[in-house]
Amino acid sequence: MKNIAIQIEELKRDFKMGEEVVHALRGISFTIKEGEFVTIMGTSGSGKSTLLNTLGCLDQPSSGIYKIDNVPVKNLDKNQLAKIRNEKIGFIFQAYNLLPRTTALENVELPLLYNTKVSTEERRERAIEALTKVGLAERLNHTPSQLSGGQQQRVAIARSLVNNPVVLLADEATGNLDTRTSYEIMALFQELHDQGKTIVFVTHESDIASFSNRTIVLKDGNIIKDDINTKIRNAKEELAAIPKAD
Amino acid sequence: MRIFNLLKISFKAIILNKVRTLLTMLGVIIGVASVIAMLAIGEGSKQSIKSQISNMGSNMITVMPYAERQAGVRLDRSEMQSLTLDDYKTLVSDAKLLTDVSPKVDGSGQVIYGAENWPSSIYGVTPNYLDIKVWDVTSGSMFTDDEVSSAAKVAVIGQTIVENIFTNGEDPIGKMIRFGNIPFKVIGVLSEKGENTFGQDQDDVVLAPYTTVQKRILAIDYLQSVVASAISEEQSENAVAEVKVIMNKAHNIKEGDTSDYEVRSMEELISTFSSTSEMLTVLLVAIASISLLIGGIGIMNIMYVSVKERTREIGLRLAVGAKGADILLQFLIEAILISITGGVIGVVLGLSTTFIIENVLHWPTSVTSSSIIISFGVCAITGIFFGFYPARKAAALDPITAMRYE
Ligand SMILES: Nc1ncnc2c1ncn2[C@@H]1O[C@H](COP(=O)(O)OP(=O)(O)OP(=O)(O)O)[C@@H](O)[C@H]1O
Ligand SMILES: [Mg+2]
Repeated sequence: MKNIAIQIEELKRDFKMGEEVVHALRGISFTIKEGEFVTIMGTSGSGKSTLLNTLGCLDQPSSGIYKIDNVPVKNLDKNQLAKIRNEKIGFIFQAYNLLPRTTALENVELPLLYNTKVSTEERRERAIEALTKVGLAERLNHTPSQLSGGQQQRVAIARSLVNNPVVLLADEATGNLDTRTSYEIMALFQELHDQGKTIVFVTHESDIASFSNRTIVLKDGNIIKDDINTKIRNAKEELAAIPKAD
Repeated sequence: MRIFNLLKISFKAIILNKVRTLLTMLGVIIGVASVIAMLAIGEGSKQSIKSQISNMGSNMITVMPYAERQAGVRLDRSEMQSLTLDDYKTLVSDAKLLTDVSPKVDGSGQVIYGAENWPSSIYGVTPNYLDIKVWDVTSGSMFTDDEVSSAAKVAVIGQTIVENIFTNGEDPIGKMIRFGNIPFKVIGVLSEKGENTFGQDQDDVVLAPYTTVQKRILAIDYLQSVVASAISEEQSENAVAEVKVIMNKAHNIKEGDTSDYEVRSMEELISTFSSTSEMLTVLLVAIASISLLIGGIGIMNIMYVSVKERTREIGLRLAVGAKGADILLQFLIEAILISITGGVIGVVLGLSTTFIIENVLHWPTSVTSSSIIISFGVCAITGIFFGFYPARKAAALDPITAMRYE
């Protein structure tokens, strides 16, 4: 029996917009075990990002239970949430969100800068290790403007890996990339999954979802489907099938 | 460890925004430099006034009749005569805090030698007047006490008089000059003193025995003033008090009566002048502080823009685990680094400006360590103060909204 990485129960998130209340999440429950690769799908506005932000402790639910690594995330103050983000979560954004004019290495080191337990040498070693994992060992000193979109997203993935998080959360991580590069990124995620990483991946392309082993579909803040994938595609093989553009 | 990391982050941000940082610093630099330079000018002029007054004899005490001072009021003859030779003698014998005492009677008129003449003043004094004024004689000698007793017609003259009546460069010693109608034999020449603080030519003077001036020139038997020197500068206030006690007794003046004389010390003059230049200094500092304040507002402005500009960056830092305090400290350190670096450059610039003022414009300046400490302190405090508000704003941001900020 694998450990539970993420557990939510009756999670609700309401946004008050003056008089109106937007129910972004209307009481959803699920459990994600360690080592699962879950995609969250749904139409625009269905609440995917809201859910992921909550899972990433960037946002607090209006009600319900959320436990990460068996730690209940409720009534935690800002600093405690920051600590959880720093130690247990790796977040990957659609827009990469790298610091401009800052090298890949320094970008990846960033989360560890806020962890006082990590020394300067260890920080550097771990950042290099993470960048090597995503295949950018040769680009340590390149700044974002000197890297392609795919490479920038790899740097962002390396940054999310560097703190050895309980779970990797990716919000439309392939949203800005072409098909080939998206597949390359998915191949990387599958590789990380094979190494035992827990991944929650938000996308609205079913094509991308088919690389994961479980898909949760949201609609208007409710879960309408939660299926185990039987036909998991292999991104590396798919990639080989796509003719290289010349 | 944490501070070290934050220092690194702040330092990086400064390096990445060199031009902007430099422009921000400019305000601080100018502020600090002008505080130092202006204080140096203020302090310098204060000291130069002080030393000029001291050169006039800083322990000098003057006793004079009171009525003479009341301009516009018809002077009472008896009051004008309130200072007598007896007063002088009593002061000489009774005052313990006075070293030299000299009576003084002044007259004005033409100094004549051959075909040349020159309008000037004659001071009737005793020989120790030179000690009181800290003057000396370059050639010849001062008249003696015997010459005072005998009311000898001898004179010691100042450089301006030498220049104006001995026009063909003769040696004045031993020559006969006239002051008005009275002939005097020149027995000494005073060394050059230049102008005093009030713009008076101190070399335009004839010194003669007071007895001679009283009898031959003024035809009076009272004194116009008595000048004396206190045993030391520190004792001059006490000496003034002592003189008052002696004079009150001699003139039979009781508590509360209006006295018929007044006593002035150089010390008072110095403090009057010091307070004037103190005001000047305060004014200069006020102006400089305004520029320092503007420098501070510059920091706030830049930090504010910087926070806005880097909202997405702040959001990301928060998202990867930075605490509010980390962000606050990062921006605060940035503000402090800017203001301290600006402060150091400002101190250097202020010192160089002062050096230039001193050596090129030849204004008296004096840099005090307190001006450096104060300006530097104020600049560090403005840095913290004006950096704090934008920094706190940054720290309070919500990571998601910050990251979405366009
Ligand atoms: N900060 C907010 N304030 C108010 N309403 C919000 C806020 N964030 C999200 N919402 C609302 O919550 C709902 C869900 O938004 P969310 O961003 O989670 O959708 P999504 O599934 O990620 O959509 P997309 O695929 O377009 O990214 C939307 O109706 C949205 O308008
Ligand atoms: Mg979204």
